[in-house]
Order: sequence, then C-alpha cells, then structure tokens
Amino acid sequence: MELLVAIIIGVLVASGVYLCLRARTFPVVMGLTLLSYGVNVFLFAMGGLKMNQVAVVGMSPDPTDPLPQALVLTAIVIGFAMTAFLVVLALRSQGELHNDHVDGKPDDGGRS
Amino acid sequence: MNLAFVVMLPFLGAFLPPLVERVTGNRTLLACGAAALPALALALLFKPAQQVFAGETLHSTLNWIPSLDLSLAFRLDGLALLFAILVLGIGLLVILYARYYLSAKEKAGRFYAYLLLFMGAMLGVVTSDNLLLLVVFWELTSLSSFLLIGFWGHQTGARKGARMAMTVTGMGGLALLAGVLLIGDVVGSFSLTEVLASGDLIRGSELYPLILCLVLLGAFTKSAQFPFHFWLPHAMAAPTPVSAYLHSATMVKAGVFLLARLYPALAGTDLWFEIVTLAGMATLLWGAAAALFQHDLKGLLAYSTISHLGLITLLFGLNSQLAAVAAVFHIINHATFKASLFMAAGIIDHETGTRDMRRINGLWKYMPYTAVLAMVASAAMAGVPLLNGFLSKEMFFTETLQSEQLGALSWLLPLGATLGGVFSVAYSARFIHDVFFNGEPINLPKYPPHEPPRYMKVPVEILVALCVAVGVFPAITVAGLLAVAATATLGGELPEYHLAIWHGFNLPLVMSFIALFGGIFIYSQRRRLFDLYARLPEVDAKLVFEGRIQQLGRLASAVTGRLQNGSLQSYVAWGVTLVAVILLTQMWHLPALSLDVGMLPMDGVAILCTAMLVAAAFLTTILHRHRMTSIMSLSVVGLMVSLLFVRFSAPDLALTQLSVEVVTMLLLMLAMYFLPVRTKVESSSVRVVRDVLLALIVGSGVAVLAFLVMTGETATISQFFMDNSKSGGGGTNVVNVILVDFRGFDTFGEITVLGIAAMGIYALLKDLNLASAKYDSLGRPWAKDAHPLVLVTISRPLLPLALLIAVYIFLRGHNLPGGGFVAGLITSVALVLQYVASGVGWVHSRMPGDYHPVVALGVLLAGLTGVGSWAFGYPFLTSSFTYVSLPVIGKFELATAMLFDTGVFLTVVGSTLLMLANLGKLSLLDDKRENA
Repeated sequence: MELLVAIIIGVLVASGVYLCLRARTFPVVMGLTLLSYGVNVFLFAMGGLKMNQVAVVGMSPDPTDPLPQALVLTAIVIGFAMTAFLVVLALRSQGELHNDHVDGKPDDGGRS
Repeated sequence: MNLAFVVMLPFLGAFLPPLVERVTGNRTLLACGAAALPALALALLFKPAQQVFAGETLHSTLNWIPSLDLSLAFRLDGLALLFAILVLGIGLLVILYARYYLSAKEKAGRFYAYLLLFMGAMLGVVTSDNLLLLVVFWELTSLSSFLLIGFWGHQTGARKGARMAMTVTGMGGLALLAGVLLIGDVVGSFSLTEVLASGDLIRGSELYPLILCLVLLGAFTKSAQFPFHFWLPHAMAAPTPVSAYLHSATMVKAGVFLLARLYPALAGTDLWFEIVTLAGMATLLWGAAAALFQHDLKGLLAYSTISHLGLITLLFGLNSQLAAVAAVFHIINHATFKASLFMAAGIIDHETGTRDMRRINGLWKYMPYTAVLAMVASAAMAGVPLLNGFLSKEMFFTETLQSEQLGALSWLLPLGATLGGVFSVAYSARFIHDVFFNGEPINLPKYPPHEPPRYMKVPVEILVALCVAVGVFPAITVAGLLAVAATATLGGELPEYHLAIWHGFNLPLVMSFIALFGGIFIYSQRRRLFDLYARLPEVDAKLVFEGRIQQLGRLASAVTGRLQNGSLQSYVAWGVTLVAVILLTQMWHLPALSLDVGMLPMDGVAILCTAMLVAAAFLTTILHRHRMTSIMSLSVVGLMVSLLFVRFSAPDLALTQLSVEVVTMLLLMLAMYFLPVRTKVESSSVRVVRDVLLALIVGSGVAVLAFLVMTGETATISQFFMDNSKSGGGGTNVVNVILVDFRGFDTFGEITVLGIAAMGIYALLKDLNLASAKYDSLGRPWAKDAHPLVLVTISRPLLPLALLIAVYIFLRGHNLPGGGFVAGLITSVALVLQYVASGVGWVHSRMPGDYHPVVALGVLLAGLTGVGSWAFGYPFLTSSFTYVSLPVIGKFELATAMLFDTGVFLTVVGSTLLMLANLGKLSLLDDKRENA
C-alpha cells in the first residue's frame, strides 16, 4: 500500500512541476493545485499509514498519528486561499496586460 | 569613571552641532558646541591617565552579544592613552581650525557631526579591548571617513576619492575581520588582553601565515602602504581640516596602531620581518620620491605621509624592541608636524585660492608669520636637529644599522633609509623654498594674499610649539608618555634607550647629514628631474581604479541580466532545478529501497483508485491546453485524494478536501470565463523535454523519499496529544483538539492568513475590467439560460439542509470528525450554490453581500478567545471547558475552544464567499457593459 501512495505522490508532484513550468497562467494554477495535492499527501504520509484507526480517543486500539492530519487540514484550506489568490492575480494580469503569459509578455516565437 | 562613557561622548557630541546650527547661525557657537563633548572626554581622561602613568591598565566591560564573545570591552593602557590624546587633542585643534576654514555658506553642522562621528570611531579603535569590537569601530572609521572625504559631494573628485578610500579600506577591513576571527579561533577568545598573552600560541599555530596576511592587509590598506597607497592622494579632495585630522594624525595611523597593538601577538617571526619591513621600505622610498614631483601642495603632503607611514611600518617590521620604541615615537612626531603642515597648506589655499606650487611663490612677503610656522614644521619633517623629527629619525637610522636580518644584504636597510631621508629633505625644501621664496606669485585667484584670521593660526602654533619643545627638551616633554606607550606596545618590558639631541659623532649622525645635504642637492637639480618625470608615462590611479570598478559593474550586470531576466517562467525553472539537484545529491546518503518492510497489504480497490488518480493527473497535464477538460480531470484527482484520506483513517481531511474541492472547481470555472479557453503551443521541444526531465526527477525523488519515510521507523510526539486530548482539551477528536487547543496559536495565524488572502483578492478585483469569452473552445456560444430552472429548484431546498449539516458537523467537531473548518466550507458551498443557481443579484437582495465584517469578526473572535484567558491569569489561548446539564437535551460540554472554533468558522465562510462572490460579480459588470 505504501508503494501505491508513494507512486501517487510522485505522479502528483511530477505533473504539478511540469504544469508549473508552463508559460500561461492557467496551466500554472492547475500545476500548483496538483502540486499542493502532492505535498499534502506527502505531509500526511509522514505520520505513517494506518487503515481503520481513526485518531479519536476510545474508537481505535492503535490510532493513527493525528499531528500530520492537523497540519494538513489547515494546509488544505490555506492552499485553497493561495490558489484563489493566484487565480485572481492571473485575472488582474490579464486585465492589465491583455495576455495571460506568466512573464506578462508573450514569447516572440509563439505559435498558435 | 567608565571608559565606555568617554568613548560614547564624541558619538553623543555628533548630535550637538546640527542642533546648534538650527538654533543659531553663529559659527563660533557652533564650533564650541562641536568641541564641548570631546573637551569633556579629554578632561575625563586626566585622572585615568595618571593611573596609566603609574603603570596600571584600566579595563571596563559591558556585555553586548556574549554568545559571540563580543562585548563592549575597553582598555586604557599607555598605547591607548597616547592615541586617545592624539585623537581628542588634535581633534579639538581641527575643530577650532575648521571654524575659520569653512566658509559661511557651507553646512558646518553636518561637517562637525561627521568629524565627531569619526572621532568616536577612532577613539573606539584605540581603546577596544575586544578584537571584534575593534573591527566594528574600524569599519566605522572607514564609513565616517567616506562621509568626510566626500563632504564636497558636488565635486567629482571628492566623490571618486571618497569611493576609492572606502573601497580600499573597506576591503582591508573585511580581511582584518577574517584575520580576527581566525585569531579568536586559535586563542579561543576575542579579548585583546588574552590575545596579547597568547603570542606564542598564535605564532605556533599553522594558521599563523594566513592570520598575519589578513591582519596586515587590514593594516596596510588603512595606513596606505605600498601597493595600497594609491587611495590617499585622492582622498586629498577632502576639506583640509579633514586631511589634517584623518590623513596625518588619526585614520591613517590606525594601520600602524594595529601593528603596535598586536605587536606582542604577531611580531617576532621571519615572516613578519619580511612582509612588514619590505612593505615599509617600498612605501618609504616610493612615497618620498613621488612627493617631490607633486605640484599640488596637499599632494606633496599626502605622499610624504605615505612615506612616513612606511618608515613607521618598517620600524615595526625590524623585530627589535628599540625599533618599536622609535616607531611609537615617530607616530607622535609625525602627527604633530604633519597636522600643522596640512593646516598651513589649508591656510595658503584659503588665502591664495590655489594649491598649485607652480603658481604659489614668494609668500614670505605676504604672510611671514604663517611662513615661519610652516618652515619650522617642514624642517621637523626633514629631520633637522633641534626639532622632534630629528630625534625619531636618528633612532630610525640607528635601528636600520643594527638590523642583521637580511644577512649579507643588511646594508640595504641603512642605504634605503638614507635614500628616503634624502628625498624627505628634498621635498621639505621644496615646500619651504617653492612656496615662500622663489620669486613672485603667478596669477593667483586671490591677490594679494595676507595673514589668516588670528585664531586660525592658533592650532598651528600649538603644534609647532610642540615640535620645538619635544625637539629641544625630549626628556621633560614626551619621555613619560613615550615610555608608557612603548611599554604597552611591547607588552611589559621596556628596553634601555636614551632620548637626547647629541649622541656624539656617530654613523646615524653622518647619515643625517648625508640626507640633509643630499636632499638640498637633489632639490637644486629639480628642473632636470621634473623634465625627466614629465616624460614618464602617467598612471592615473583614479582612472585605473574607476576602470576596474566599471569592469566589475559590467560583469555583475551581465551575470544579473542572465539570471534575473524578468521571466518568471525561467525563475521557476531555476528553482525546480535547484530542488532536483538537492534531491539527486542527497539521495546517496539515504538507505537503499526495500520493498518488503512493514507493508500494508494491497487490494484491488486501492490499485484501481490509484490507477484512476494517476490517469486523471496525467490527463490533467497532457490535456492542459483544453482547459475545460483539464479542470474536469483535476476534479477527479481531488476526489481521489479525498478517498485516499478516507482510506487511511483521516476523516477530517477527507471532509475538508471534499468541500475545498467544490469551491476550487467553482473558482477555476469562474476564472476560465475570463481567460483564453485554450492554451497556445509555444514551448520549444527542447524546453518540453527539459521540463519533463525536471518533473520526472523531482517527482521520483519525492516519491522515493515518501516511500522511505513510510516504510522506515518513525518516532512521533503524538502520544502526548492522544493522552491529553480528553483530559486537557475536553474533546475526543484529537485532530480537532490539536487545531483549536494544543496548536491553537498556529490555527489563529492560519485563519489570519486566510483573511489577508481574501482582502488581497478583494483589492486585486477592485476596478478590474475584464472582457469575458463569448464562445467555448469549439466556437459554441455559452448557454443563454444563466439560471436553469432545475438547478434553481433543487438548490433552494438544499440550502437549509446543508446549513443544518454544517451546524451538526460544527457541534460534533470536538469529539468526532468535523469542526469549524469543515463546517465553514460546507456553509460556503451551500451559499455559493445559491449564487451559481440564482445569480448574485438574487442572493444579495436576500442577504447582505458584504463579507468583510464576517472575516474581521471571525479573526477577532478567535483572537479575543485567546486574550480572554489572560483575564484568568492563563497564557494566550488556554482553553477551559465544563459540562452542563439541561433538561430535554441532557448533559453536554461547553468549551472556550468552541468559541475559538466559531471564529475559525466565520473566517472560513467570510473569506471563501468574499473571494467567490467578488469574482462572480466581475461577470455581472461585464454583462452590464454588454447591455449598455
């Protein structure tokens, strides 16, 4: 099972990184979203994986580590706030500069 | 009496002149204001000075940064006392002199402030008992001298000269810092007292050559020793009082002071002899010869200063105790005659309007009194008997004769010394003859010149009187001070020496006479020499230096231009590359992968879900040009991640992820409405391949790391939370208790960030005009029906149900999965659904659409809950709880954490809706424009 989660993390991070390196704002936003999924799962996995062992007192004989969960929970919400901020930044940049290139100006060799 | 206080006085005094200048325009009062605190400092030194003369060393220590072994430690021994007297005494004379030198138009208040700043820094250098502190003051002298040299900032020469001095001495200061750090490493302390006692330890250390070179770099740059001498002549662009102060008596002496100060710790080796003596000799000869050919009055004095500093350095390099005594003696003598000469040069400049010796001639007729003073001082510089320069120069000749460290070449030292003496006499003769005699003045800007104001001559008179007094009666004037200073320099024992004018007819006297007559002969041949000099290729140090600086600047901007090219895309690529490099290089240190350690069993569902997640992630990436499709498959990824959280015992995370997923999708959809629907193909294939490679490296690296951690042994601190959740936090859902109680302060910070992000978004969206796309990627127009009936009909009854669930989730959050974050997100989704289904206008006509107060209220509530615990004497955010029984409902729990969680809830709802509702309103604006 750990292997599967590791693969998931790797795929999320790799896709996220690739999209973050794109030239237009929208793919970059998508990339950051994927990357934050990857990072969240990575952080979550730092506590070790346990099935059916919820960290509620009295419910599980061998409860899972609650600390990474608490950290990841706020990370998910903050991640959303960051994505929203980035999206709006992209919109503002579109509004001011009339293009959606991350550098604020299109590449010279652009093909459509 | 505290030494630190004395050192602080000039710094405090620096505030005074600008203040006085504001009150009164009276220049005499201003000078008095500037002189007040240095005079007090000098007076305060009187009593400690007597203790020093009695053989004591005074210490005073205040802790500054003990962890760095940096303390405000000061010491007053003979050497420090000598320099303190020079710094304060000549400083006071210079203040008096500057009163008459600066014209009424100039900002004298600022000038005095800089001067006092420098005085304090210099006083700090000479009295520091901590090497790090010494370096701090050392750098302060560089900084304040930069301000002083550049005082006439409207002149290019002043700006360039200041910059050059700053660069050269500043780099020396850095080298000195490195040297001092190494000394501290070897000795184990930065305390000067301990360092001076550990001379053998330092000399025996294998770091000694490096330490010596670094420290000498600092000393040589400051004292303008060859090959770093070139900055001093260009520093002559400073106002003359500055030259009289910094470039004769104080700042350039900081370098030789350092040689004296660290003499017991560093001197005595062959390496010391070779470097210090050779540098000193080269400087002595070069400076003396160059001085003769300067036509600028101050230029002559500058090169002569270089030459005399070389002489002092040479003496320290000889590794003989008597030579060190002679060096200290010459420091005193040079300070007196050179400061007075600079002042005389300033007077001449002031009265004639020029410093060019080819034009200034025959001033004897116009200012005989100044001429006498200048001539006596020049004679002292030349080493004429009955003046102080003669005494130390005799000692210098004697010492060069006695050194045998060059073996069979030992005769080179006295030869060089005599040659230096010859030139020294020659340029002194030029200073006297060319300026005061030699015909009539030519084309002076101010004519006829006359004597300066009475009190402008007082500082010169005092200094010249000292030259004569020391020269005639050394035993009753300078002997005491010299003895304590030399004792402190040598670190205890004082050799047998005799200050006298007449030592009998001996070799040094012969050398003196050779110098005297040789110098006069050379001066008489000056025409031929000047012609010869004029035919030499001219090297302007300023041009060379500026050229080098500009080359450096071009190199820097070329490098910066490549790295900082304004492309965010390439910055991200650099950042990711760095991550890839770190991952790759650190992987070697990790254990090899093993696939059979502590694995949970795989099952079919898990494999299927993983496959779906991986496929969706790849689809998102590959199809990113078709933005709509890409968003769809991104939502699949998000859902799968929530399922992953469910599977691995994290219901709270799953709930949060699920609701965040909904708002994220809405957000991306809204954004897409205003952005191009397709992404153009524009990356070159090379870039695509590079990015794929980077992504693969980083992705696989992170996957391997995660796998290693998951299968490895982990230690956790979570047992504490499990044990104390119920008893300490009053809840059984440990994740929630951590959020609102154990780590409540973190959460408080996080909801604040959330609120700030929402405000930022609001600000960014304000006054933004965006045209929306009218067609999708296939050219079809967007649906005309903005609010489909089915959606509207379903969404309305959903609202109360969703809100009910939110309340339920919120209330149970402390004990079962749920809580403020999740409840806030569910509420937001329920409300946003109304926006989507029925439109902004419909919603805002039924409820207030202003979400700022909600965010503020949430953060405030959370903060006040934390502050509330202060009222009961507990630390910030201490939670307390109790159980209450009510009829019908039964026993339930009330906790302050609940209040805090309400703050979280409100902030999440407010922020999310603030973001989405404002984004939604954009389309409303666009529609209005369409209709208008």
